Amino acid sequence: MTSVIHDIGYRHYDGPRLGRAYAVRSLFTHNLRAAYGLGRPVKAKIMPFLLFTIMLLPAAISVAITALASSIGSGQSINLIRYSAYAVYLQPLIAIFLAAQSPVLASRDLRFHVTPLYFSRPLSRLDYVLAKYGALTAALFILLGTPITILFIGALATKQKHLGTHALDWAGGLVGCLMFALVLAAIGLVVAAFTPRRGFGVTAVMAVYLISTAAVTSIQGIAESQTKFGVARWAGVFTPFNLVDDVQVWALGAKSSSPEPPPSGLGGPVFTLVCVAVVAGSLAILYQRFRKAGAR
Amino acid sequence: MSIIATRGLGKQFPGVLALDELTIDIEPGIVGLVGANGAGKSTLIKILLGLIPPTRGQASVLGLDTARESLKIRELVGYMPENDCLPPDVSATEFIVHIARVSGLPATAARERAADTLRHVGLYEERYRPIGGYSTGMRQRVKLAQALVHDPKLVFLDEPTNGLDPAGRDEMLALIQRIGTQFGISVLVTSHLLGELERVAQHLVIIDGGRLLRSQAVTAFTQASGVLAVEVDDEAAGRDRLGHSLAEAGLRVHPDGRGLLIDIADETTYDLVRDCVADLGLALVRMENRRHRIEEVFSS
Repeated sequence: MTSVIHDIGYRHYDGPRLGRAYAVRSLFTHNLRAAYGLGRPVKAKIMPFLLFTIMLLPAAISVAITALASSIGSGQSINLIRYSAYAVYLQPLIAIFLAAQSPVLASRDLRFHVTPLYFSRPLSRLDYVLAKYGALTAALFILLGTPITILFIGALATKQKHLGTHALDWAGGLVGCLMFALVLAAIGLVVAAFTPRRGFGVTAVMAVYLISTAAVTSIQGIAESQTKFGVARWAGVFTPFNLVDDVQVWALGAKSSSPEPPPSGLGGPVFTLVCVAVVAGSLAILYQRFRKAGAR
Repeated sequence: MSIIATRGLGKQFPGVLALDELTIDIEPGIVGLVGANGAGKSTLIKILLGLIPPTRGQASVLGLDTARESLKIRELVGYMPENDCLPPDVSATEFIVHIARVSGLPATAARERAADTLRHVGLYEERYRPIGGYSTGMRQRVKLAQALVHDPKLVFLDEPTNGLDPAGRDEMLALIQRIGTQFGISVLVTSHLLGELERVAQHLVIIDGGRLLRSQAVTAFTQASGVLAVEVDDEAAGRDRLGHSLAEAGLRVHPDGRGLLIDIADETTYDLVRDCVADLGLALVRMENRRHRIEEVFSS
């Protein structure tokens, strides 16, 4: 039988139209996939997957050592990396991921003028911004949450002592990962949204991370040497990883992994408010940015 | 029912009056919106989509108010922007499926509609390659596909023939004609070239400096002008013999190249021409009503 392609003419669509919430969800999924280069050429997948794999290595090694130790009878209470410390220890990798992938989500649509196609559909500009922000937050949460989940599964598999404490710490660690993801995604998107060219965006996000970290670390060093411990602690508010780590120390009772714990007294609440302000402010700026872009 | 209606629509940008007291009513079909660059065509489309608010007046699309019901309007219309608007690093298929989902189509329907629509606009194997490698003609097709993928009731096509070579223009115009006739989707298509819209549109709206110059059916622009063009075989000799003969019969005749232009007095003019040609034993090559070109109307 020969196969022939018949032109069956134009067919109208009379199926369901799922409306705005579905449209936002579709945009979220698309951007989450984009953050890992899915649906794009191989070149776009290399960076995110390479970083994701490297992020997993310390967890995998830790689990391997734990398994080895328990198999040779060295006990069942080995805890190489704390759940809440994972993101802080591996912050350079996370910063690279953020720098490399924020422009993919924030500035790609602006650079190639894709926004009119979205804004001529049943979506508001706020929907659009929230979908992007949600997608990068989710991408970061996957990046941060997967390795500590591997740590926890490792603990279960090697039958560690105090599994209840492990479960609590792991759950707390996930909440911490979410806080890191929320704050970092906000900062990354805002910086990248104002640098239409991808290379500039990557550099700008890295610069914000490196400069804030370097400046804060030196201020903390100087303040410590002059025994001004309050100043050293408050300085942590100016670098994203120290800021969020201090919030999880205060709010979740995690052990501090940053150079400085939060200032005593008002420190915790103030740092938390700063996080909320960073997120809210970033969303407001992004909204303005895309509002302007959509009207052109 | 009008698909687009505006009442005293005005848009003031800082330093520029983009639209001024624009009142139009447009019936379903293919509508051409003509004007020079900067005449306010894109501004009008953006107001109709609810993307920018008008400074004065009001507008409705498919009976829905642009100020209050823009989300509903955007569910029912498609929009092809004038400028490049495609991400280079995804394939046409991937992008159009995504756009279909953002328009509210469930996953399976989005895939089917994307494949159908890309086929209708004439993209085949290349649709699996990243858009960055496409020619201008292919990009225009992808842009058209994203405007059609959710099966809208009305599409706004902003300068769809921009940047295309003559063959590409013809194909795009043929596609627009199919959309308006076979697909049954109303089209508002803009161009700064009157000639190309004359070929596909049923109704023309001409704006200049944000003001309405004319809004009427294409047939009204091109009504028979009352001149009959006749051409006979046997070159100049035959033409002149016929000319004399017709002049004697009382018609006003002017030579026009190889043929004659005859003012039509009434219905009998056609018979008179036929009889004269037969009496003189000439071979009639062509006899047609001369129509005004729209451009003549526009420039006069």
